Amino acid sequence: MNMGWMELSPEEWDAVYLSVKVAAWAMVASLPLGVLTALLLARREFWGKSVVNGLVHLPLILPPVVTGYLLLLTFGARGPAGSFLAENFGIVFSFRWTGAALACAVMGFPLMVRAIRLSIEAVDRKLEAAAGTLGASPFWVFLTITLPLTLPGIVAGMILSFAKAMGEFGATITFVSNIPRQTQTLPSAIYTFTQVPGGDASALRLTIISIIISMGALIASELLARRIGRRMDIE
Amino acid sequence: MTLTVEVRHQFGAFHLDASFVSSGRLTALFGSSGSGKTSIVNLIGGLVRPREGRIAIDGRVLVDTKADIFIPKHQRRIGYVFQDARLFPHLSIRQNLQYGRWFTAVAERVTDFDGIVGLLGLESLLDRKPNLLSGGEKQRVAIGRALLASPKLLLMDEPLASLDDARKAEILPYIERLRDEAKTPIVYVSHAISEVARLATDIVVMSNGRVLASGAARDIMQRLDLIPAGERGETGAVIDMVMASYDDAFDISVLRSAAGDIRTPGKASAIGERLRVRIRARDVMIAMEKPRGLSALNVLEGTVVQIGETSGPLVEIRLMCGGEAVISRITRQSLHVLQLHTGMTVFAVVKTVSFDAGNVSPGVNAGLLE
Repeated sequence: MNMGWMELSPEEWDAVYLSVKVAAWAMVASLPLGVLTALLLARREFWGKSVVNGLVHLPLILPPVVTGYLLLLTFGARGPAGSFLAENFGIVFSFRWTGAALACAVMGFPLMVRAIRLSIEAVDRKLEAAAGTLGASPFWVFLTITLPLTLPGIVAGMILSFAKAMGEFGATITFVSNIPRQTQTLPSAIYTFTQVPGGDASALRLTIISIIISMGALIASELLARRIGRRMDIE
Repeated sequence: MTLTVEVRHQFGAFHLDASFVSSGRLTALFGSSGSGKTSIVNLIGGLVRPREGRIAIDGRVLVDTKADIFIPKHQRRIGYVFQDARLFPHLSIRQNLQYGRWFTAVAERVTDFDGIVGLLGLESLLDRKPNLLSGGEKQRVAIGRALLASPKLLLMDEPLASLDDARKAEILPYIERLRDEAKTPIVYVSHAISEVARLATDIVVMSNGRVLASGAARDIMQRLDLIPAGERGETGAVIDMVMASYDDAFDISVLRSAAGDIRTPGKASAIGERLRVRIRARDVMIAMEKPRGLSALNVLEGTVVQIGETSGPLVEIRLMCGGEAVISRITRQSLHVLQLHTGMTVFAVVKTVSFDAGNVSPGVNAGLLE
């Protein structure tokens, strides 16, 4: 069977490369805030907790287009946060791959926080108390006990965030449009190819690539989780 | 070392109001479940902040609500062995044991790793994971882990409660060695009179959040009023004895004390060694005259000094035999038939067979009691 038809054109490669880059950045950049938010929601009681919880989950409930539009209003060139970041730090989101990463990070955030939060809540606090009696300050208890025991949840959260980013379409296209090599991720590229005559083959190739990457991420996470589980041997 | 505890605290409907001072090598907090024992060790360990009170070790104040002092648990240097061993599942046994050492300044590390590993028999476990250990092994690791953090005081909250009798018997000798060889004083929570009788140098009896009595183990153990009714048969005198001789032909040891000689089966120890012997109240019979033609080998002459509460079918009688107290548990009917009264001279008869390994244990080296 001739597999020559699977060979990707440079534009198609650009979309694959950009998607992986955007998804990886979205996952890594939202991780510290994700762990912190999960910790806050799992362990602290504070006034307005349900509001924070609602805000975190909002991208899950809102139509992605609405989230994208809100991002445009806030982080766009003329948005308050957007102009502040551009003037003071030189960080520009609008119509850049960074904007695509931001949109993906926001969309994947509730999934990441949820996975990490559940796993923090599952950590036996008696173990933390025991570590305290052995001389570990709260900071060291978190680093040596809570964090390692939360690792399976953190890995799960990262994979969910990455997978969500790979598939994100509505918020990204609304916020940063669909510019080849800049903001055209896999879903946007597939969408574009289905809109032009003769683009079917390209759309199919990218669809297959998309399936391979998603399956690969899923299998990698399974293997990683199993390895962590075996290392920890938690009863 | 002197531990001073004086606390008032409220847990829901439960009110704790307890004060005691102890300088023992192993102070047992004894009482039925719900009497507040665990609350006390949680307050000493810094897991709970008392509503009101003061806790100090020698001159070092851990908590003083009046002076607004509360040293957090990680700065107290108080080891805690929990009922459920609480080993860290993601670390190996070696890493578990070394955990506390990471947070101990080199100058303050008083316990050496190999010494503790040897004392607790952990050599073969070091590279294993906690989930592969038996309950008894886990508890030994937990004790080692606490000791290796070089604590000033070791708290043990019913460390044997979740173990079966065989596992208990496996760990008890280690705790005895700890009491006699390690320099760390121990506060030991238990509701089992047999453990307390075997291990304690000092006892604090608790009930409903209050301290009923506290003092040296030998004084507390013979107080008839302090022990819950269900446990009374298990109570009895604890007498320090010296191994006097060993009869090879019959495999019997003779132990000497102020109360008289006691014969125990097997070779109890080396000649001249100090032993702590518990004579359970239910193993002691009372005779009006020195018995003859009797299989029991131990007959101690003494005087009735106290007759316990006489409402139920059983009653405890306290005798003084040459300055040592011996407690006997007999039926109220026998009390009536023999017409026992205080001041009477009687004979306490104890079967040699009743001294099993759990009742004869190494004596506390008096020199270590500072």
